[in-house]
Amino acid sequence: MIEKVFKGNSRYWMWLAFLSAFVGVGAICYLRQYLFGLGLTGMGRDLSWGLYISQFTFLVGVAAGGLMLVLPYYIHNYKVFGRLTILGEFLAISAIIMCLMFIMADIGQPLRGLNMMLHPTPNSMLFWDMVVLLGYLGLNVICAWVILTAERKQVKPPKWVYFFVYLSIPFAVSIHTVTAMLYCGLPGRHFWLSAITAPRFLASAFAAGPALIVIACLVMKRVANFDAGKEAINKLTTIIMYAALINAFFVCLEFFVGYYSNIPGHMHSLEYLFFGLEHNGHVYNNLVPFMWSSVLLCFGGLGLFAYMKITKISTDLMVGIGCAMIFFALWLDKGLGFVLGGLVINPLHEIVEYYPTANEIGITLGIWATGFLLVTLMYKIAIDVEHEVEA
Amino acid sequence: MYNKATIIPGLAIFVLFVTFPLWFNAFSTASTVPKPELPQGGEKECVAPAAEMRESHMVLLNEWRDGVLRDGNRDVITVDGKEYGKGLQLACMQCHTSKEKFCDTCHEYTSVDPYCWDCHLSPEVAASKKETH
Amino acid sequence: MDKQRRKFLKIAGATALAGISAPAVVQLTTSSAVASSSNGTAKVHGAPEGGHKSAAHGADDAPTGVRLGLVVDMRKFYGKPELLDKAISACAKAHNIPQIDNKKSEIKWIWKAPFENVFPEHSSYHSSKTVKENDFLVLCNHCDEPPCVRVCPTQATYRLPNGIVAMDYHRCIGCRFCMMGCPYGARSFNWENPRPYIKEYNPDFATRMRGVVEKCNFCGERIALGKEPACLEAVKETGAIVFGDLNDPESEIRKVLDKENTIQRKPSLGTKPSVFYIV
Repeated sequence: MIEKVFKGNSRYWMWLAFLSAFVGVGAICYLRQYLFGLGLTGMGRDLSWGLYISQFTFLVGVAAGGLMLVLPYYIHNYKVFGRLTILGEFLAISAIIMCLMFIMADIGQPLRGLNMMLHPTPNSMLFWDMVVLLGYLGLNVICAWVILTAERKQVKPPKWVYFFVYLSIPFAVSIHTVTAMLYCGLPGRHFWLSAITAPRFLASAFAAGPALIVIACLVMKRVANFDAGKEAINKLTTIIMYAALINAFFVCLEFFVGYYSNIPGHMHSLEYLFFGLEHNGHVYNNLVPFMWSSVLLCFGGLGLFAYMKITKISTDLMVGIGCAMIFFALWLDKGLGFVLGGLVINPLHEIVEYYPTANEIGITLGIWATGFLLVTLMYKIAIDVEHEVEA
Repeated sequence: MYNKATIIPGLAIFVLFVTFPLWFNAFSTASTVPKPELPQGGEKECVAPAAEMRESHMVLLNEWRDGVLRDGNRDVITVDGKEYGKGLQLACMQCHTSKEKFCDTCHEYTSVDPYCWDCHLSPEVAASKKETH
Repeated sequence: MDKQRRKFLKIAGATALAGISAPAVVQLTTSSAVASSSNGTAKVHGAPEGGHKSAAHGADDAPTGVRLGLVVDMRKFYGKPELLDKAISACAKAHNIPQIDNKKSEIKWIWKAPFENVFPEHSSYHSSKTVKENDFLVLCNHCDEPPCVRVCPTQATYRLPNGIVAMDYHRCIGCRFCMMGCPYGARSFNWENPRPYIKEYNPDFATRMRGVVEKCNFCGERIALGKEPACLEAVKETGAIVFGDLNDPESEIRKVLDKENTIQRKPSLGTKPSVFYIV
C-alpha cells in the first residue's frame, strides 16, 4: 500500500515540496544545535524546558485525540465513524513520532537516549512516558495497517487485531495522563501541582485531536475527493465543543483556586500569564497577548459552533474556521501557557522570561513539517485505498 | 547475457568498491600496528598485566566508575605494593601522562572514539590552564 | 504461498528470534562482573525512596548509617560578602566549574541570593536590616527524600548510602527532568561545552561535558581523602560552615543543631533537606 504515496497530482507534490523545505531547514538547524549544544536555544538555567517540551506536551494530546474516533466506533458501534477511525490512528502515529522527535531534539545527550531502556526506572514518570508512547505507537501501527489491509482486500479484519484495538483505548488515556503526571507530581512547581492538570490535559486533547482531523477531512474533501459525511463532521464538532468547554471550565477552576486562596504559588503564574507580573520595578508580560488570544479564540470557536448547532446552519467554511480557532486556542493554552507559565517563576521566586531563538524555532517548524508530511503520506494511502475499494 | 557491456564493468566496479578496505589498507600506513609510548617515568607495572589491560581496560574503568560513583567505594587499591586511586585521572594518567602518545595510538588504529576526555583531564590539557599563583 | 513454504518461514523466523535473544537471556541470567554491577545498581538505586523511606522515618527512632549534613552559620557571614565569595570560588576552583557570565547559561553549584529568594516560605515582611542587606548562601540540600532522584529516568542521579545526592555524568542523558523536580533550583545544565569558560584546571577532578546536568556533590571526593568540603575549608577560621554526620549524636554538627535555632528551605515540601541555616 505504500506505493500509493508515489502517485499524486501536482498540488500533492507541491505540498510535499513545501513541507520538505521546512524539514530541510529544520535539519540544518538541528545539525547546528547538535554540534554546539542546547545553548543555541532560548532555554536557560532557570527556564530549562521550553518550546520543544511544550510542543511535545501538546502533541501527546493530539495523539490521544484519536480516541474520540476509535471509542464510539469500536465500543459503541457508531457506524458513522467507520471511515474516519483510520484517520485518527494515522494522526496518532504521526503525532507520536513528532513527540519522539521533539524529545530527541531536547535532550542534552541524544546518543545516550538508550540509557532509558538499559536502566529502567519505574519511579520516574519519564520512563513510563516512554513506555506508553512507544506502546501506543506500536498499537496504532498494528491496528491501522492490519485494518487498512483488510479493508483493501475487502475482508473482515482478523479477530486478533481487535485485542490491540481495545488495548489502544486505555493506552490513549494513559499517554496523556502520564504526560500530565510529569508535571503534576513535582513539589517545587506550584502552578502545575494540581490534581486537575491531568483531566485538563485530557479535555484539551479530546478537543484538539478531533479538531485537526476535521480540518484534514475538509481539506481532503476539496483536494482528494474524500467526503467524511455531514453526520460524522457534526458529531465530531459536538465532541470538540464539549471537550473544549470542559477544558475552559477546568482553567476557570484554576483561576478560582489561585485567586480566591490568594496564595502566591498558584496565583502568580496565572497573573504573569494573563495580566503581567510586576517585580522589582519591571513588568513581565510577554505571554499576555498570547493567553488572551487563546481565550478569545476558544470562546469565539465555541460561539461559532453554538451558533451553527442552534440555527442548524453549517457550511464547511464555518466548521473549518471553528475547528482552527479551537485548535490554536488549545495550542496556545497548553503549548505556551502551561509549560512556560510554570517555569517563568523559578524555585527561588526569581522571574526569567523566555524568548525562543531562531534556530530553536527552525527545529520546531522542521519537526511540525515532518509530522504534516507523515500525515499527508499516510492519509494519501488511506484515501487511495478507499477509492480503490469503491471502484 | 543481455546488456553484457553494462553489467560486467558494473560488477567489476562493485567488487572493487566492496573490497575497498582490504586493498586500500594493504597499500597505506593505516595498517601498521600502533606503538603506544610507555610511561616516561619507567614504571613497568600497571594495575593488571598488559595483555589483560589491552583486552579489558574499558571493563575495568567501568567497574571502577560504578564502584566509585554508585557505591561510594573510593577505597585505594593496592597492586604489588603500589597504591592506586580508582579513576582515569587518579590512576592511569599518573603514569601514562600523554594521551596522544599512548591512548590515542591504539584508539585511532581501531577506530574507537571514547568520550572519556570530554570530561576527564589528560595531563597536557590540565597543564594548559594551570594555577598561576 | 504454498503451505510448506509458510511452515518453513514460520520455523525459520522463530529460530532466528530465539537465536538473537539467546545471548541477551544468557547475559541477564548469569552474573558477569559488569552485568551484575549494572543490574545490582538498578536494584539498589532503582527504588531509593523505598529503602530510604524506612531509614528516614526510622531516623527519628534509630538512625542507621551515616547521613552527611551541613550547617551554614549566616551570622558569621553578615557584613562580609567577600567571605561568601571566598567559599563560592573555592568550590569553583576545586571542581572545575565554568564561569559563564551569561545568566541564561551560567553554572553554579553554590552561590548567594537574597533572603526572600532563598527562603520563599519564610516571611520577608518587615524583615530585619541584617536580612535585608545580606545575601545568603545557596547550595544543593542533599535531601533525604529528593524529588530529583525520584524523577530521573536513568538513575543518573541517586542517593548514596552516606546521604549525598550524587550525579553520574556518564549516564545522564540531559533531559533536565531533575531540574524540574528540584524545588530549590540547585541544578545547572551544560548548555554548551564548558571548557572554554574554566579559568584554571584542577588536575585532580574532571570537568563535565556539554549536555549533562551538574550540581554540588558535597565534595564526596574530598571526604574520601579525609578532607572537608571546599567551601568549609575556605572559611575555616570563622567556623561559619559546619559539616558532619547528622546521625551521630556526638558529632559537632549535632551539637550545633542542639544549641542553635536553625531554619531550612521550603520545609513544607517534605524533602527533608540536610542543609540547615542559622540566620
